[in-house]
Amino acid sequence: MKSLWQKGFILLILCLIFLTGCSEKYPVLHPVGPVGEKERNLIILSAVLMAIVIIPVIALLAFIVYRYRDKPNNRAPYKPNWDDSKILEFVWWGIPIIIIAVLSIYTVRDTFALTKPPANTGEPISIQVTSLDWKWVFFYPDEGVATVNYIDIPAGRPVQFELTSDAPMNSFWIPALGGQEYTMPGMAMRLWLQANKVGTYTGKGANFTGKEFSKMSFAVHVKKETDFDQWVKALKNQSPQLTEAGYKQLKKPGVVGKKSFSSYPKDIFHDTVMKNGGKYMNNDWMMKDHSQEMKGK
Amino acid sequence: MFEHIRSFASHFFVTGEPMIYASDVAIVLFLVGIIFTLTYLKKWKWLWREWITTVDHKKIGIMYLISALLMMFRGGVDALLMRTQLALPNQTFLDAEHYNQIFTTHGTIMILFMAMPFLFALFNIAVPLQLGARDVAFPFLNSVSFWLFFFGALLFNLSFVIGGSPDAGWTSYPPLTELGFDKGPGENFYLLGIQISGIGSMATGINFLVTILKMRAPGMTLMRLPLFCWSVVASCIIIIFAFPALTVALALLLIDRVADAHFFTMLHGGNPMMFINLFWIWGHPEVYIVVLPAYGIYSEVVSTFSGKKIFGYKTMVISLMIISVVSYFVWAHHYFTMGASAGVNSFFAVASMLIGIPTGVKVFNWLFTMFRGRIQLKLPMLWTLAFIPCFAMGGATGIMLAVAPADYQYHNSYFLIAHFHQTLIGGVAFGLLAGMYYWWPKMFGFSLNERLGRWAFWFFNIGFYVCFMPQYFLGFMGMTRRVYTYSGDTGWTSFNFISSIGAYLMGIGFLFIVVQVLYSIKYGERDLTGDPWNGRTLEWAIASPAPHYNFAHIPEVTERDAWWDMKARGESLIKVNQRMAFKPIHMPKNSGLPFIMAVFFFISGFGFVFNWYWMAALGLLGVGICMIVRSNNRDSEYYIPAEDVEKTEAALGRV
Repeated sequence: MKSLWQKGFILLILCLIFLTGCSEKYPVLHPVGPVGEKERNLIILSAVLMAIVIIPVIALLAFIVYRYRDKPNNRAPYKPNWDDSKILEFVWWGIPIIIIAVLSIYTVRDTFALTKPPANTGEPISIQVTSLDWKWVFFYPDEGVATVNYIDIPAGRPVQFELTSDAPMNSFWIPALGGQEYTMPGMAMRLWLQANKVGTYTGKGANFTGKEFSKMSFAVHVKKETDFDQWVKALKNQSPQLTEAGYKQLKKPGVVGKKSFSSYPKDIFHDTVMKNGGKYMNNDWMMKDHSQEMKGK
Repeated sequence: MFEHIRSFASHFFVTGEPMIYASDVAIVLFLVGIIFTLTYLKKWKWLWREWITTVDHKKIGIMYLISALLMMFRGGVDALLMRTQLALPNQTFLDAEHYNQIFTTHGTIMILFMAMPFLFALFNIAVPLQLGARDVAFPFLNSVSFWLFFFGALLFNLSFVIGGSPDAGWTSYPPLTELGFDKGPGENFYLLGIQISGIGSMATGINFLVTILKMRAPGMTLMRLPLFCWSVVASCIIIIFAFPALTVALALLLIDRVADAHFFTMLHGGNPMMFINLFWIWGHPEVYIVVLPAYGIYSEVVSTFSGKKIFGYKTMVISLMIISVVSYFVWAHHYFTMGASAGVNSFFAVASMLIGIPTGVKVFNWLFTMFRGRIQLKLPMLWTLAFIPCFAMGGATGIMLAVAPADYQYHNSYFLIAHFHQTLIGGVAFGLLAGMYYWWPKMFGFSLNERLGRWAFWFFNIGFYVCFMPQYFLGFMGMTRRVYTYSGDTGWTSFNFISSIGAYLMGIGFLFIVVQVLYSIKYGERDLTGDPWNGRTLEWAIASPAPHYNFAHIPEVTERDAWWDMKARGESLIKVNQRMAFKPIHMPKNSGLPFIMAVFFFISGFGFVFNWYWMAALGLLGVGICMIVRSNNRDSEYYIPAEDVEKTEAALGRV
């Protein structure tokens, strides 16, 4: 299977280079972390499997339309009553069943795999994400700092994002790192991502939330471990505190720029989830904390 | 007092936008024009007697068709406005508010007020004729369905000039659509417009299912049913089981909004997720409601224009029915990323992929219907041939989207947008147009001009690929749907610009269709045989346009492709007319009640939109009275005397 993936991938890369001359522009196809890579591999696999069906179908269509066109001198056979062939029908029930079966196996395998943190990597860190109208607030529970509309993360360590919304639901998406997950009021859903390459990437809100929804992108700075520690230190020393009143101010609908805070009210994320109906969701599957399993490894 | 009125009017009417003022003027001029023309030509009575009160399925079909084409125009203009805004980065052609309204109305109109009525037009025109029936099972209900659709659509479109358009997307997810975030009446227009027309859709589903099960000509067993009718059966079953979910979702959200309840709110125990579940329990089957009849149309067209029996009839029927059942088990694939567990996602991913199997089989059956046939490239066939590669690609990207983990990267991106436009345009719209060209001569007695139709075809098709192929790449670039603008440094500019050019090419294609219709009304080739395509099914056995009672004598069916079989035996309905004596024909009477009842529905809906409860109650009272009047009406049928039937058939040259 591996070689098929590689062939397909090379083919696709060639197409893209041919089309645009530049491949950096496609974060989904050039992810910088293991989650995105797994998803990219599935994208390629499914595209190749589909091409196996689509290309012959289109070729067959072109051939049939040409060969059996209604021209006076067309000498191709004409059998107006031929309408049944068990063998042929057996073949084209068979082909899609096999293809769908193969694709299903990989789909189910990776669906389960992606609910767990990326394997064989560093110590996980945790970031709590709240989507507001029309901005993103990030809390770092271990470091005690908070940011608005940007995050810094260390390269090579899995990040467990805990997601909620204190406004209409949005969807938290950093294409270069991997797939998205919704931010829903009253729930704290979890998403594992990881970046292995230092750089700046774009994250965005993917679900419509009203007037200024288009302005809801945020920057993701992936840094070396030491640079990350320095950034935290700098925040702690230089930035203002986020108070309850400050959060209320942020919550008002509107667009703001990037902001940094040296501290925040400790339970604010948990309180936000509870306030919006989280008490009904205590048994929810997505809200289970996998970081304990991770630490046991 | 004056101040009071002024402040009311400034909220009631949409103000402050030159484009909308211009539309106001256009709407008023258009209405005045219609009223003047009707009065000048003394056509008011004719309009009432022949059209508004009609229960004739053929006329109802034509009214559906005209409404659908008008709605296609409005939805298309919405699309062009959006593509104009997105053609270049940082444009200010539309502001956020207007863009949000426009993508909402575009989606809602294209699915519910364009695709649905267009299909119902073709149901109405073709199904009873294919069955050898004289009307649908419940002609009065059929008229109710149409007028509910009409006034539902009118209410929805009214939001453009009164109160403001809905702006939360055609999916209308709470809590964004709850009072806390969306106070305006726009969302109410959405809820009530769809609710009212939805009642009509439900009735149509029941009506056509019963028609096909109970009103087939003698000898037409289910396995001799034309495939279009089979596809209507599949579609109607889905309508009957899926629409109630939408009705409930919309009703509860409306109660949240007008009575301050908490079904889907964030606070006080509401759960927005429930709306999303209910919406898609209807919403995904809905796409099969619209695409299955299109499959039926393709089956009729491929067989007719290849001069050959459909390949694998039984398989075609089985695959239709499989799709109509499996379509209920895929809805959660619209939100793999909303926190369902891996088990749930796996189930819905695999179920969604399974749909690909019967669909793939159908494509092969169409291909092998053409194989060893004689393919005539007339307009209906052209659109069918264009459908196959387009839908194959759209289906393939659909299976890619069904791969749940990969969907985490596609969800709400332009990849998704490209996918569903490819299936809904390539699958549904192409089928609707193929059906329109195919049955046009039967509806109106003349064919549409081929040359102009080919121009439309090529503009629309090339435009389609230019418009939507770049959007797959925009998805991989991380462009999300529903953004009203983007900055130049995203790198999205060139693909967006190309896409907008494609949209304009499609617009030109539509204009060619309009010109084609207008030209053909005057110069189109008249169909005197009733069978312009050398057809296979019963609708081609009678005159074009069909007489009021359809069949002077109900034909006897002995084979699949009944009319083809009659022709092969040297039989025809003219010969039947000559052999057998004419008998009086039992027909339903026209009635103005459906129209009046729908007007009351409209009044009630309008009252709910603005929370004017007296008006809402008055409207519902009117609806109730109409129902009572109808229930007590025992005089709803009559007989056409045998001499009149004979005269009509003689005038058509068929005795």
